[in-house]
Amino acid sequence: MTLLTALIALGTLALIFGAVLGYAAIRFKVESDPLVEQIDDILPQTQCGQCGYPGCRPYAEAIANGDDINKCPPGGEATIRKLADLMGVEAKPLNEAQTENVKRVAYIREDECIGCTKCIQACPVDAIVGASKLMHTVLADECTGCDLCVDPCPVDCIDMIPVATTPERWKWDLAAIPVRMVE
Amino acid sequence: MPGLFQQIQAGKLWDFHGGIHPPGRKEQTNQKPIAVLPIPDRLYLPLRQHIGVAGQLLVRVGERVLKGQQLTSAENSMAVPVHAPTSGTVLSITPHTSPHPSALPELTLVLEPDGLDEWRQREPLNFLTCDNMTLLSRIQDSGIAGMGGAGFPTHIKAGLTQPVDYLIINAVECEPYISADDLLMQEAATTIVKGIDILCRLLNPKAVLIGIEDDKPIAAAAMMAACSQREHYYVRIVPTKYPSGGEKQLIQLLTNKEVPNGRRPADIGIVMQNVGTAFAIAQAVLDDHPLLSRIVTVAGDTLNQPQNVLALLGTPVSALLDACGFQSQPQQRVIMGGPMMGFTLPDLSVPVVKTTNCILAPTAQELPAASTEMDCIRCSACADACPASLLPQQLLWYSKAKDSDKLQEYNLADCIECGACAYVCPSEIPLVQYYRVAKADIREQQREALKAEQAKARFEARNARLEQEKQERLQRNQQLAAARQQQQLASGANTAVADALARIKAKQALAAPAEERSKEQILAERELKKQQAREHQQQKAQQQKAEQQATEQHNEPAEQTPAVTENTNSKAAAVAAAIARAQAKKAAQAAEQHATEQQVTPAPNTEKSHQAEVSAEADPRKAAIAAAIARAKAKQQAQTEHETNAAPATASTANKPAAGSDIVAATEDPRKAAVAAALARAKAKKQASAEATEQTAASTTGAPEPDVAVTEDPRKAAIAAAIARAKARKQADSENS
Repeated sequence: MTLLTALIALGTLALIFGAVLGYAAIRFKVESDPLVEQIDDILPQTQCGQCGYPGCRPYAEAIANGDDINKCPPGGEATIRKLADLMGVEAKPLNEAQTENVKRVAYIREDECIGCTKCIQACPVDAIVGASKLMHTVLADECTGCDLCVDPCPVDCIDMIPVATTPERWKWDLAAIPVRMVE
Repeated sequence: MPGLFQQIQAGKLWDFHGGIHPPGRKEQTNQKPIAVLPIPDRLYLPLRQHIGVAGQLLVRVGERVLKGQQLTSAENSMAVPVHAPTSGTVLSITPHTSPHPSALPELTLVLEPDGLDEWRQREPLNFLTCDNMTLLSRIQDSGIAGMGGAGFPTHIKAGLTQPVDYLIINAVECEPYISADDLLMQEAATTIVKGIDILCRLLNPKAVLIGIEDDKPIAAAAMMAACSQREHYYVRIVPTKYPSGGEKQLIQLLTNKEVPNGRRPADIGIVMQNVGTAFAIAQAVLDDHPLLSRIVTVAGDTLNQPQNVLALLGTPVSALLDACGFQSQPQQRVIMGGPMMGFTLPDLSVPVVKTTNCILAPTAQELPAASTEMDCIRCSACADACPASLLPQQLLWYSKAKDSDKLQEYNLADCIECGACAYVCPSEIPLVQYYRVAKADIREQQREALKAEQAKARFEARNARLEQEKQERLQRNQQLAAARQQQQLASGANTAVADALARIKAKQALAAPAEERSKEQILAERELKKQQAREHQQQKAQQQKAEQQATEQHNEPAEQTPAVTENTNSKAAAVAAAIARAQAKKAAQAAEQHATEQQVTPAPNTEKSHQAEVSAEADPRKAAIAAAIARAKAKQQAQTEHETNAAPATASTANKPAAGSDIVAATEDPRKAAVAAALARAKAKKQASAEATEQTAASTTGAPEPDVAVTEDPRKAAIAAAIARAKARKQADSENS
């Protein structure tokens, strides 16, 4: 009889706690940021496709599914390091010999443009304006420097030019320390 | 416990954390009167001399401008105009080395003074009678930006709508050497107080606090005298300590209030203006004298006459130095700004701008160049000196590691870059330089993040748009197709031909993808012709079959029949037929592989439809026809063996519309067989080439004549011929054995 009481009491307690915990698990569920979103936030969003995927998000999905983290030339080493931290894997060097990634934007030599609209179709961020048989031009502020417009151009009138440094964007040069006061 | 206001009224001062006491060295200049510089040969006026955006240019190259004429407009609220400091001609508007640590070229207007110093028309205002908007627009149009160093547009600070408790006039001037504000107060205290009056009218503060360091007794006395008639104007003498002149530090000194992290003084009811700004406001409003010149301290041991000069904006630094007896030394450095926060100039053509308060030309002994940086010994002298109560060691550590998250956690943004930490560092670490680099990096990262977000949004918007366009196109095509079908059904019920047409259309609609709808008319016509041809062909085939059955036992025509006849002619015919069948089969197999493309393959131009209906049609059908032709030929061949009548010839003519000219010599067996073989081969080739070049299918299939097809694809032809030869040999072998 005592045994039965104990069993019933413990069983009831177990049921109550189980129900409470189960309810809490549903009611107070913490919506964690899905991995793909986190990876996508790290990627530079140039949408250049140099990783072999059509855009940054597809590559983020591929990384989440176990693809290599070293396929993003625009992001460079910094992105790889962040991805390695996030994914808990070893940071690898960039999979192709990539030069120092200088920020660049596309520039259309407007007098050579024939107005074929091919670059407009290639631009992943709609940063090229123009119409058929009319000159096109690049919105430099929106250009991500992905290079995708360079190949489709039938007359090779698109150049990738480095972004000019302005005083606002200038980074202090540590080598040229200006003044030092000594008594 | 008296309230804060009572404490301030009673003259109580507070203190801020840290700070240093570098040698002042102001005695070089603070006893001499302000010298007025002659008008230089050239004036270099950067179009942007403040924080914010440059205005739009109003003048052209070659234009004559008068003194005080506006050179740029100020449409944007963050823009303040630049004025012509004297009358003269605009020589050029080109990039010129900017007075910025980066020394990057910025768009600069070069003015050649004509020496007349001819004023434009001036309209002084009575600030007591005009409204605030007029005053503010006058302040903006006069090009006034903070003269203390940052160059924030003054009209924004003066036009605040929030209630203001204290207006603080910053006359602390804590950096060594600089005495420009000191001299200004000594010489023009009354005008400064008028400027403060105007600011008070705009802001309505409870009290005006004028902070002056105790190393400027003459200036303090002059200001006190000028303010004696004003209530609520309090001149406060603060102890000399660097950097009491920092905005947040002076607020803390005078009011014991701290500006919260990431907020501005206005948020706690305080507005601070530089004493030079107050002077410029008074000039602009009362005399309509825009900001054309400023007082600059020119100091340093390499100068014979260090002094304060009143220089026109745009005057090259070299002109200032020459006026003060500059004796250049080897490896001479010229610094713009004070020794603590200034920067070395790359060359002396850099002009004086609205924020330039000091030009320093020190000897190497006076201000030695930075020596070797050593390791941090964790002495924490920097933390003791930091006026913002930061942890410079930690910041240095994280700056070197480029850990921007940690830097932000340790409030790098609150660093005022005063340089006190670097000054006290026994290891000679240029701490403030590291922070400047780190700050620039963080700013860049934020800009990048913003840009990435924008790019992502644009990319997603573009994808959504493309998808929507695709859906719309699909829907439109379907609607169009349905409409056309209905129309056809309605109008086509009259005749049998139309009926057939409609039937075919319906079939086509089921089979063909939506893209083909636009070519439906052409396809339907072709289909009709094909249908007719097919019917005809069927009739003939039945006829032939009947005839054949009468003469032979076999339904399968080619293989056994020739063997029975033991005739060279019949053998050749059999071979040809076999080849033809093989080719047809091959073609059919190939066609199956391309099942999906086949539907879109035929897109013939109208010009070739008259001769190439069969060859241009869909692949499986073509293959089937080729096979049918081959079969028919074989049958025909067999027939001619036994009963030489003309019927097969006509049958073949009907069967082969594409090669009608070849059919004439059907009576002679070897020739006919050869022709049939050639025909079949050509067909197969054409077929293959059409598939190989799916993209240009229209033009390839449009080439109707067999010989053209052969030349078009010689390799395929050669292969086909080789196969045919092999087949024939095998056939012959099997017969011989």
